[in-house]
Order: sequence, then structure tokens, then C-alpha cells
Amino acid sequence: MTYFPYLVAAWILACGLYGLVTNRDLIHQIICLIVVQSSTYVMLLATGYVTGGIAPYFSDVPGSPKAVDPVVQALALTDVVVEAAVTALLASFAIQAHKRFGTLDPQDLAEFKG
Amino acid sequence: MNQLIPLTVAVPLLTAAALLAVRPLLAGLVWVANLAAVAAAAAVAVMLAFLLRQTSTDEAVYWFAGFRPSHGVAIGVNFVAGPISVGLALIGAILMTAALVFSWRYFTHVGTYFHGLMLIFLAGVAGFCLAGDVFDLFVWFELMGVAAYALTAYRPEERGPIQGALNFAITNSVGAYLSLTGIALIYGRTGALNMAQIGQAAASRSGHGVVVVSFLLIIAGFLVKAAIVPFHFWLADAHAVAPTPVCVLFSGVMVELGLYGIARMYWSVFGGALGHQAALADVFLALGTLTSVVGALFCFRERHVKRLLAFSTISHMGMFLAGFALMTPLGLAGVAVYVAGHALVKGALFLCSGIALHRLRSVNETCLHGRGRKLPVTGATFTLAGLGLAGLPPFALFLGKGWIEDSARMTWLTVVFTLCAILAAGAVLRVAGGVFYGLGDPPREDPRMEAEANEETGETDEGRQRTPLTMLIPPVLLVAGAMAAGVAMLVPGAGAAIERAALRFQDQAAYQAAVLGPSGHGGSAAAAPVATLHPVEPAAVTVSAVVVALVCVAGALALAGAALYWRRLPVLRRGYEPGAGLTEFSRRFQSGVINDYVTWLVVGLAIIGGVLALITGHG
Repeated sequence: MTYFPYLVAAWILACGLYGLVTNRDLIHQIICLIVVQSSTYVMLLATGYVTGGIAPYFSDVPGSPKAVDPVVQALALTDVVVEAAVTALLASFAIQAHKRFGTLDPQDLAEFKG
Repeated sequence: MNQLIPLTVAVPLLTAAALLAVRPLLAGLVWVANLAAVAAAAAVAVMLAFLLRQTSTDEAVYWFAGFRPSHGVAIGVNFVAGPISVGLALIGAILMTAALVFSWRYFTHVGTYFHGLMLIFLAGVAGFCLAGDVFDLFVWFELMGVAAYALTAYRPEERGPIQGALNFAITNSVGAYLSLTGIALIYGRTGALNMAQIGQAAASRSGHGVVVVSFLLIIAGFLVKAAIVPFHFWLADAHAVAPTPVCVLFSGVMVELGLYGIARMYWSVFGGALGHQAALADVFLALGTLTSVVGALFCFRERHVKRLLAFSTISHMGMFLAGFALMTPLGLAGVAVYVAGHALVKGALFLCSGIALHRLRSVNETCLHGRGRKLPVTGATFTLAGLGLAGLPPFALFLGKGWIEDSARMTWLTVVFTLCAILAAGAVLRVAGGVFYGLGDPPREDPRMEAEANEETGETDEGRQRTPLTMLIPPVLLVAGAMAAGVAMLVPGAGAAIERAALRFQDQAAYQAAVLGPSGHGGSAAAAPVATLHPVEPAAVTVSAVVVALVCVAGALALAGAALYWRRLPVLRRGYEPGAGLTEFSRRFQSGVINDYVTWLVVGLAIIGGVLALITGHG
């Protein structure tokens, strides 16, 4: 087992969070949120990876060969579905913000402060 | 009987799907959607009530498609119904029924989307409470979250709802993804997703660091959802703009689910493997106290009634977290009763402010001053709920707070909690006195607050001449329910039963045995049974609890009176505004900009992570 994929996941997570903290554009922020979520894909697939393992379908493979973990792949797939729902919803908010108020800057949208 | 367990999720999901499928046919027939949604929510409540009775002695476990664990290894996906989890879901179903009945005549234009989203939200609540493995926990969490984000932006034609929904969605999504990262890590370490199985495997293997990091990441999502300082910023923004019936669910059950997630993770999964119980308890106690104080201070200076109630929820969440941090059965039993009472009372307060919005077109304390006098029943309900929030016996809140304080036996905690409760309830009673009885002087108009008040339109019809009964009955029943729950606790044996339920919730070995079967190996790896660590204290009404409660109510009333009449106090110089200097500070703090919230999230997580590393690093 190598730590490299976990470092990659942590790096992607850090990039996404950095973007969320510094960006002043809603579309950029939504993309940064996608980046944050992408780190979870890498993390999930890394935990289930087996060196030299094959894709986990066995029906036409003789014996019981080494295979990568199918559970994390199912989890990553569910994760993609979750992301699609969240991203679509957030994008619709951003469209509304642009249509009604002509701005995508979260600071201009902030009505409630304090 | 176990067949009821999956139905509590299936019924609302299928009803929502059916309503959305036949949506074109329902144009002009909104009452059909209303009726179906109320019936589904009420059916879920009845099923959960049955389950609560059934699980009073033992956990009920349902394995989907009959994939039972073999040789102590969980293969399938399960739901675990225990009294605490079912009770929390039941609170959600009751509040949902009340909110749906309330919204029957509330909205100007209500499509079936609203009912569909509400029912999906309810399914998310029930699924989250019952889920027996960590990945399903995440999925239900996200399902509930997405429905909640959409409900928050129900009026996307205004600036506030867009801002509130975006802040809510982005902070909570980041939290949820951190949770998922933690889930991936613990799966990599233990090869298990089932909570009982992770608990067994994590305790018996090396790699303590991974367990600590994954615990931190998993609870990060729940800390955000539970609005614990400094992860709380989204809550007030979302509450201020979400439709009032939706606020009932947000405050009454959704944020409490975050706390439930933390407690479930600790007691059912990580407790045994983490160790260092006393030090971890101190961390949670510190977070809870900080949250309680910050929430109470922000609550008192707020004039937007829905935001005021939202900050009061934050303050109470701090108390709940502190109650959990005591790690005693009586403390957890106190939290359970406190959460139940708080949900009912806070629901009633939100519904009453919804009636004020419906009839008087505003939820701003300043411009509502004295105008609520034509709503006598609403005013009386609001006032009574405010007194209940202060902990007036026999409201259930008084018992819950009393048990937590009895169990803590820390004078400073009692003093801090009482001061926070006085501030939060005093603010609510100030609103009650000013708005519904016209007491005191009208507060000076703050131009910014006025601008916010003018935004409050669209949600409901033009000011009607009378309040529909469907809007008036739910808050009255909720307040009555909070009182009845408190009285029911006084029945001999009731308190002990709740304490037993809490004891079982904290018993990791018993949870593993219930899920994996008694043959599950490695039972010794579970945390030591709580009963041996903490003597079971009697759940009773003590004299000190009654005295503290009465002090609290009297203090809240006095504070509300002082806040209403302070201009007439001779000791103050003219033109003095209490807390005027605080406004600029708090505005910088609670800036309403998502970037700042994510920054706080990262900073808070880094601090908690550092503390956890220090604790667990020392052998």
C-alpha cells in the first residue's frame, strides 16, 4: 500500500477549500465545491484499490482472482449521484441570482448581516 | 412488527414520488396534495409511535432483503430502531404533520413541489435516525440536506432566500464531504461500513491515528449541521428566509439530527476505539458552552423574530452538546427530554411568528410593536411557549435542563446555562410583550432592520382578516404537547425508562450484540459499559431543579421587562442604546458571505483536530 493516492486526495481537498475561501464568484465557488467532492472519489477509490487487481466482475473469469473492492466503487457511484443533485440545485440558485440581481458576487447578495 | 421499520421511510418517499408524478393533474386541486401529504406524515408518526412502544425493551433490527449477518460479519444494509433514534424521528414526524397542516392555508401559491420536498425531507429524517451503517447515514444526510436547501430557497425571487440557501447548501455540503472522506478512511482501516462492525474492528486493530482522523472528519459534517460554534453561521441565514413551516423542522429536528449523528458515532462506533473519554468529554463540553453563550448573546440583540428564534436554537444546541458531553445516562436522558420539549415549543414559536407574518405582513419586532394585540390566541400561545423556553414547570424543558444540571454537578455550568436561558427566553418574552401586548416603548427603528422587514413579502397572502383554524390549532397543540410531555415524565417509572433508554444508547457492547448477534466475536473490544463508569443517578424532580427553573423564568421576565422599558430607567443617559457597540462587531463576525463561513469551518476544524491530536497523542 502506498500513501500517494491519499496525499492526492488531501491536496485536491485543500485546493477546493482554498477556492471556496478566496473566490468571489458563485460559479467558481460551485466548481470549487465539485473539486472538494472530487477528493472523496479519489479517497474512496484509493481505499479499495488492490495492486494487480482486476475489475470486480467474475462471471467469465476462472478461479478467484485478485480484484479491486467493488463496494467503494458503488459508494463512489452514489457519491456522483449526490453531487449531480447538489450541483444542479446550486447552479439553479446561481442562475436565479444572476437573473434577478445581475450579480454573482456573494458579497452583493448578502442581505442579512450581523 | 419489524416490517414497520422500512415503511417509515418508504411511505413518505412513495407519496412524494406519486404526488410529483401526477403533478399536472393536480393543478387547481392543491387540497388533494395537502391531504395526501398530511396523511403520509401522520401515518409515519403513528408507525414510529408503535415502534417506540415496541423498542422500549430491546433494539429492533431490520436487514434489507434479508441479508442477515453471518458469523458476526454484516453483509447487508440494516436499520436499527432504538428508543432514542425512533423518538427523534417521531418528533420529526409530529413537527412535519403540524407544519403541513399549518401550510394548508398559508402559502399564496403552493405547488405540489412543496409537499414533495417536505415528504422527502421527512424520509431523510427517519432514514438518518434509523440507519445502521455509516454510508447510508451519509446518503440520508444528503437527501435531507438537498430537500432542505430547495425548501430554503422556496422564494427565489428575493435576495435573502438565495443568500440563505447558498450559504446553507455550501457549508453543509462541505461538511458532508468531509464526513464522506472520514467514512472512506475508516472503511479503508476496518473494511466495514456497518456501525457495529466498525466499532468491533477499529478497537482491535492498530492504526489509532487513522481512527482519530476519521472520527474528526465524520463528526465535522454533523458539527456543521448541529450549528456548533464556529460552524453555526449558516443557520441564522437559512432560518431567516426559509418559509416559516420549514423553519419549524429546521429548528425542531434537523439541527438536533447533527447532534444525534455525533452521539451515535461516539457511542455506537468510535467510543471503544478512541478511549480518552474524559478528555474528549471536556472538548465537547467546551464547544457546547461556547455555542450556548454565543447563541444567547446574538439572540438577545436580534430584532428579526425568525432570526432571533434561530439564535435561540443555537444557544440550546450548545446546551444539548454539553449534556451529551457529560457522558452519563442521566445527562443523555436529560438531552432527550430537552430536545423533545424544545422541538415542540420552538415549533409553536415559529408557527406563531408565521401567523404574525400572515396577518401583519412582518416578522420584525420593531415594526410589529403593539400590532399583535388583535391576535389574542396567537399572543397567548407565543407567550406561553416563551415561558416554556425559559423552563417553566411543568414544560418538558424544565426536566431536561434539570437532569443535565443534576448529572453535571458543576455549579459554573448551572450558572452559565441559566444565564443563557434567561437571555434567550428573555428575548422571546420581550417580543411577546412588545408585539402581542404593546408593552413598553416601540424600539427605535434601525434602517437596516427596516429594509429587511420590507423584504418579508410573497410568502403568504395579503393580510387576511382572520386567522384560519388550520394555522391556529397546530401551535396550540404543540405547546399543549410540550406541557403534557413534561407532566407525563412525572408518572412514576417514566423518567427511569428514559434513563434506561439512554443507558442502552451508550452501551456499545449491547449495540454490537443487538446488530451482529450474541456470537459476534471481539465483544471485549467495545467500550466499558457506562453503568460501571458512572453510577445511574435517579431521574427525579429535585428541589434545586425547581428553584433554578423558577429563577430562570423570573430572570427572563425581568430581563424582558427591562428591555421593553429601559428608556424609562433613570440610571441610563439619554440616547443610550444597549449593545450598540456590539452591532458592528457582530456584523463583521456574521458577515453573510460564504467565504468567511468556509474559513471559519476550516479554522474550527483545524483547532478541534489539533486538540484531538494532543489528547490522543499522549498515550
